[in-house]
Amino acid sequence: MANMELQWYHVLIPFLPLTGFIINILLGKEVTRYKAHWFAVSSVFGSWLCSLATLQDVLGGKIIDADLYTWILSGTFKVGVGFLIDPLTAVMLIVVTTCATLIHIYAIGYMHGDTGYYRFFSYLNLFTFCMLMLVMGNNFLQLYFGWEGVGLCSYFLIGYYFNKKSAADAGKKAFIVNRFGDFGFGIGVFMVFLTFGTLHYADVFANVSSIAGKTVNFLGLNVDLPTLIALLLFCGAVGKSAQIPLHVWLPDAMEGPTPVSALIHAATMVTAGVFLVARCNPIFNLSEIAMNTVAIIGALTMFFAATIAITQNDIKRIIAFSTCSHLGYMFLACGVGAYAAGIFHLYTHAFFKALLFLAAGSVIHAVHTNNIQFMGGLKKYMPITYAVFVIAGLSAGGFPGLSGFFSKDEIIWSAYASHSSVGKFVWILALAGAFFTPFYTFRLIFRTFFGEYRGGLEAEEAATHAHSSSHGSGHSSHGAGHDSHGSGHDPHGHDSSHGSGHDSHGGHGHGPHESPYIMTVPLMFLAVGAIAAGWVGIPPLLGGGNHFAHFLQPVVGHPEFHGTHAEEWGVMILSTTIALIGLGLAAFMYLRKTDLPERISKQFSLLYKILYNKYYVDEFYNLTIVQPTLKLANKVLVGFTDAKIIEGIVNGVPNLIGIFSQKLRRLQTGIAHHYAIFMAAGAVFIVALVILLS
Amino acid sequence: MEQVIMNNLNYPILSTVIFLPVLGALLILINRRSWETLTKWIALGTSILTFIASIPLFTHFDKTTHKMQFVERFSWIPNWNIYYFLGVDGISVLFVLLSTLCAILCVLISWTAVTNKIKEFYIAILLTTSFMIGVFCSLDFFLFYLFWEAMLIPMFLIIGVWGGPNRIYAAIKFFLYTLVGSVLMLVGIIVLYLYSGKTFDILTMMTKNYPYTMQIWLFWAFFAAFAVKVPMWPVHTWLPDAHTEAPTAGSVILAAVLIKMGAYGFLRFSLPLLPEASKAMTPVMLTLSVIAIIYGAIICLGQTDLKRLIAYSSVSHMGFVTLGIFALNTQGVEGGILQMLNHGVVTGALFLSVGIVYERTHTRLIADYGGLATEMPIYSSFFMVFTLAAIGLPATNGFIGEFLILLGGFAANKWAGVLACTGIIIGAGYMLWLYQRVFFMEVNPKLHGLVDMNVRETIALLPMLILVFWIGVYPNSFLSFMHTSVQHLLERVNSGGIAQEAQIAKNIMEVIR
Repeated sequence: MANMELQWYHVLIPFLPLTGFIINILLGKEVTRYKAHWFAVSSVFGSWLCSLATLQDVLGGKIIDADLYTWILSGTFKVGVGFLIDPLTAVMLIVVTTCATLIHIYAIGYMHGDTGYYRFFSYLNLFTFCMLMLVMGNNFLQLYFGWEGVGLCSYFLIGYYFNKKSAADAGKKAFIVNRFGDFGFGIGVFMVFLTFGTLHYADVFANVSSIAGKTVNFLGLNVDLPTLIALLLFCGAVGKSAQIPLHVWLPDAMEGPTPVSALIHAATMVTAGVFLVARCNPIFNLSEIAMNTVAIIGALTMFFAATIAITQNDIKRIIAFSTCSHLGYMFLACGVGAYAAGIFHLYTHAFFKALLFLAAGSVIHAVHTNNIQFMGGLKKYMPITYAVFVIAGLSAGGFPGLSGFFSKDEIIWSAYASHSSVGKFVWILALAGAFFTPFYTFRLIFRTFFGEYRGGLEAEEAATHAHSSSHGSGHSSHGAGHDSHGSGHDPHGHDSSHGSGHDSHGGHGHGPHESPYIMTVPLMFLAVGAIAAGWVGIPPLLGGGNHFAHFLQPVVGHPEFHGTHAEEWGVMILSTTIALIGLGLAAFMYLRKTDLPERISKQFSLLYKILYNKYYVDEFYNLTIVQPTLKLANKVLVGFTDAKIIEGIVNGVPNLIGIFSQKLRRLQTGIAHHYAIFMAAGAVFIVALVILLS
Repeated sequence: MEQVIMNNLNYPILSTVIFLPVLGALLILINRRSWETLTKWIALGTSILTFIASIPLFTHFDKTTHKMQFVERFSWIPNWNIYYFLGVDGISVLFVLLSTLCAILCVLISWTAVTNKIKEFYIAILLTTSFMIGVFCSLDFFLFYLFWEAMLIPMFLIIGVWGGPNRIYAAIKFFLYTLVGSVLMLVGIIVLYLYSGKTFDILTMMTKNYPYTMQIWLFWAFFAAFAVKVPMWPVHTWLPDAHTEAPTAGSVILAAVLIKMGAYGFLRFSLPLLPEASKAMTPVMLTLSVIAIIYGAIICLGQTDLKRLIAYSSVSHMGFVTLGIFALNTQGVEGGILQMLNHGVVTGALFLSVGIVYERTHTRLIADYGGLATEMPIYSSFFMVFTLAAIGLPATNGFIGEFLILLGGFAANKWAGVLACTGIIIGAGYMLWLYQRVFFMEVNPKLHGLVDMNVRETIALLPMLILVFWIGVYPNSFLSFMHTSVQHLLERVNSGGIAQEAQIAKNIMEVIR
């Protein structure tokens, strides 16, 4: 690989969207208004073109590692704003700019008539800028910059309908939960600097072998240095990529408009954690404990999120849990050393998951509810949405020949064939995941598009009024999430029939209808990706060259797996069969025996309740972290320590002040006078002392 | 003199900057009481002139030397060897600029908010500015003490006369706390004066070495004065009261400049004069800093009053500053100084912002707000930027300061670094929760029809907004002022110990031979 100078089009990739953001945030309210998308879309499209040119460079064997300027300089600490463009970055650039461009275009239709139209596009641009800075950075601090930046945009966009308490809460929750992960990440960055004396990737990774097997005293414990650094960095990845135990923010993040869910909470931002692990693979490779932790956390998240997804009724939350689950797959792959497989899944997942979300958005746009219990029969009203939804579902479920199949198969095979001591354990979970993904995806599809139309928002409102007592408080978190689109067109009005933007789409009551071309055309492009994007990584077994893994090899290496062709065929056939069983069972339960799900949930009501309530993790955190902290603040610190102990005992001044102030109040005008006396006394004191002591 | 560089401008710039506000105050004094508008314009004109006069400090500063610059030195009271001795170095120069900028903003923000005793109010503001600058420029301990105490008078009056309902209590509390600390510092100054051969010259004092026990005593004497000003835990309780009751301009001066003097005192006096004691007391100081960070942050979660919450957040943020200073390494100290500046900008701006909305609603209770982003979108955007800077988001100034401090703190003591990091989590918690309760959710009916910021208010906040991003994106414009001075300071702090160790090692070698 040859080094290359930084070119203008490399620099434009992140800074075009930044320009779009600045234009819209400054001029949006008065000038660009409902033309805000002109700047937003064209800037992101420009980034996409520049990314293609960059990919061309990288395919030609070039690597770029250059600083723009020195960001912070303090003593021996020096870090720049700079870019590292290698195969890993090139893949991320294509993923980010392609998805961002299509989703920006889709949003023109989806957000049409929204009062905050320009605000929405400026945030989306800012997000794209931060995400690109994250993947292009050549040092840990710039990674951190992008990391926090995308978190901020996520906060803005989840809480986009800020007049709704649930949306504002969800945004805040996402930010704070991520800060828990960043706590570890930040300390990891400190450790990297203290160990290597620099934060530049190139310098760190060049010297990484020097820390192998070294131990360090950390907070009184002697720990293996590579394990410590790797696990601290992984903390950040756990938060950002919504892995157990910091996954709780992602389902709530569905409060944001659907394009946001597609771009940030499926295709790009949440995959930053996987990118981090892949980028830091030289450090992770030094520690078996860290690798196993990554694999196990990924596998557990993948499994538990999938089990939750089968019970949920909110269309976006189902897909959100699916995202959690697929991110788990990616970590699982990284954990067994198959970084290329993890990044490959990141790349195919971006297409099919963004497509799932956008198609779901198209459905919500038509029926104005998120609850699949009130959908049904949409196949005939929305043929395009239906078609792309099925393509995305098949791709996600690992149907042979589609993108998702190749990446998932490679992960399952890697888990089976790896040296890793936990390889077989995570392999079994991965197979279980292969069953659940098509099951819950097609449960969603059958409930949404098949059967009879069950009335949309009107039916839901009627149902909630009728059942308000029985449905009750237990489902409040679910109930709050319904109408993120319905109220979206007009933050002041809850009832969508008052929303000005709805007129052009026709109100409900005429039955649902297909979305406009500005929304469906991006869906079609993504559908092409969901089908064919994976074809760059077809394994040799099926006659492909696995070009994707070869492309990434200079960055992430190539794991040495042992396995015969027969085993490889066996694993592939096994996982495919399991996936088809999942699909078949979904068809059986939701098309044939439609009363069966109800009966099962009654039969296993305890299990159903646990799954439906997401294993009560939110409730657990609320009880053990949130409430105690607030109690500590209110009852102990404000009411007792500060007011009684520090004020009363340590200082003993309040009484004194009381006496003074009463006297002063009587005198009224004497404040300055008294002060003068104090000053005079002080002056006499200093003079007396000096004379006495000299 | 070796340690100083004379003014390379052809006029005494520091005296100009210090006494221009006094001149303005005199002009206002002779102005008629009924000509209120003229009073305001004199105040504004003076503060702008002062700021312009201070700009050469930024542009003509020699960053290659640690020596004192723009020095003015005249014998003042020869009998006691007292000099009128001014000068700035990389540690103090930025605070002079912050003070002069802050004065303009305080005048702007008080334009319509202050309606009684207008003459006296602007005189008090201008005098405070003058004395604060004096504190940062003084190189004679007597002069320093004079400014340090004099500054209290106008500040005391600002809180006590133009403050909220409980202003008398707050003003006296502020005064008593500061006085007790100052008296102990005075004793320390006199001891130093006598020991160093009857000189108040700080630079001369720094060339001397003091016995270890004496250093420890002096350290605590100075600590009493500086810790109250910072304020460090547990002597912080005057701050919430003072901030809450003070008028907006008073809160801004307090937050932006006045509480920086404590941390500045540690840097200017405790560290170079008492290096061994400073090093020995590092564990105590780091502990107190970490407690302040976490305690101040958690207590913010329990606040119901806007200004009180921001005041407690100052306790937490200033905990970061003292943590950085007593990390005693380059990143920590430079981060600490930068964070002092940052805190001045951000917390100053937050108090300015609260003042803007208080003038419209006359309530500070968080519960009285809600949905303000719908009513005042421009204002909300500004407040959001300052909120993000307060929680240390990258590309804002808060990040650079906090990052360097935590890096330095972590390098000095891993426990301190790790525990301080928790303050960042809680910090995000209370600031975003505050923002949500004030700006998001349904619009509180009481707030309907509020007008957004006017031009004057926007101008008052704009410099702070620019500084937030300037320092965040290109911090080297400011960090570069500090490098040589901080390096010199740390050499001074560390050399005492190193010299001793070298001596011991040499002795051992000789014994072995």
